[in-house]
Amino acid sequence: MNTHALNLRTPPADEDRVALAWQALADVEDPEIPDLKILDLGLIRFVRVHAGVLEVGLSPTYVGCPATEVIHHDVVQALRDAQIGACIVTSVLSPAWSSDWITTEGRQKLLHLGIVPPERTVLNMREVLRADRPPACPRCQSTDTECISEFGSTPCKALHRCRACLEPFEYFKCI
Amino acid sequence: MSAAAVDSKALFRYVLRLGDLSLVLGQRLGEWVGHAPALEEDLGLANIALDLIGQARLLLSYAGEIEGCGRSEDDIAYLREQGEYLNPVLAEQPNGDFGQTIVRQLLIDAFQLELYERMAASTDERLAAIAAKSVKETRYHLRYSGSWLVRLGDGTEKSHALAQSALDRLWPYTVELFAEDDLDRTMADCGVAPRLAEMHTAWTMRLDELLAQATLKRPGDRAHSWHGKRGQHSEHLGYILAEMQYLQRAHPGARW
Repeated sequence: MNTHALNLRTPPADEDRVALAWQALADVEDPEIPDLKILDLGLIRFVRVHAGVLEVGLSPTYVGCPATEVIHHDVVQALRDAQIGACIVTSVLSPAWSSDWITTEGRQKLLHLGIVPPERTVLNMREVLRADRPPACPRCQSTDTECISEFGSTPCKALHRCRACLEPFEYFKCI
Repeated sequence: MSAAAVDSKALFRYVLRLGDLSLVLGQRLGEWVGHAPALEEDLGLANIALDLIGQARLLLSYAGEIEGCGRSEDDIAYLREQGEYLNPVLAEQPNGDFGQTIVRQLLIDAFQLELYERMAASTDERLAAIAAKSVKETRYHLRYSGSWLVRLGDGTEKSHALAQSALDRLWPYTVELFAEDDLDRTMADCGVAPRLAEMHTAWTMRLDELLAQATLKRPGDRAHSWHGKRGQHSEHLGYILAEMQYLQRAHPGARW
């Protein structure tokens, strides 16, 4: 018996497909923030196989964020390129995506790009309606900063300015 | 009563009310793009509009599924007549000056916050998920409109006068938000929607706190004769729909 040929005919095991999918997903970038991967943002809820179909659960960050559709498209493309058989991408609304799910590495990348990562956790979400502790300037670390606008170039970010070094910077909002 | 026992026609109309509120207000805010007093406000209003359109998409898609006639979110948004829109008339009021836009926004942000916070526990799982997602964004909307209300009200003599006149003009429309009709009652009875009376109390408390900070006076309630929630609108909605629906009416089925 030719075991090699037999192996070729056997479709990859479910666990292997899941592992390959995670590998493919690791390369998908956020379309708005270069270098940041969607895994850094914690956008993937699950990867599973059911009845031969591989399913990826994807969380939208903000309901109206135009990047959501681009990300969805990029994920589908990455899975297709990885050639791991039939797959679907499901949008997962519940539980709602939280900025708490941004990984430590993701936070470091944001800071490196001059975007201050969210500080608080969602446990304090009701506190959002009260005044913020001003985030420290990513350039000079001064805490003498002010909010210029609650909304920046994308819904997920607010615009701040450092009163010490006078540089503007973005703050990734806690949500 | 379980969510499964909810009458689907009633649920369809109720979800349209929620979706139309977000859609019409989002479309209104979009009119500010390129015209706001400063670039920051242009971005702020446009971002809130985006969130609202995002909510509307989720809600109108769901309405289409409940209806079961194969209508998509776009079919529902672009191909209904004015009388089929079920938003409260406050949402369609013109932008006016920046103060009027901020007051209208604040009144609706505070309403949606009370709504979504409670609806996150709805017996309807889909609505619960949409509400839990939307409430997070709505908090930022209220933070934006609330802080502007305080700046305008507690600002110069002129900004105070304009903010108070906007409040006086728009306040009567808020009565419709909380006027419970049979549909609201049915939805609350089966746990799909929160009780409007309960929301009204919390909303008023929050408003009073903000108005006090803004040194503005809360106008008295009056009997209202608006029934946007039943499809009877002010003259303003027609103009919004004419602009919003033009492309789909002129070029049916056009896609990006």
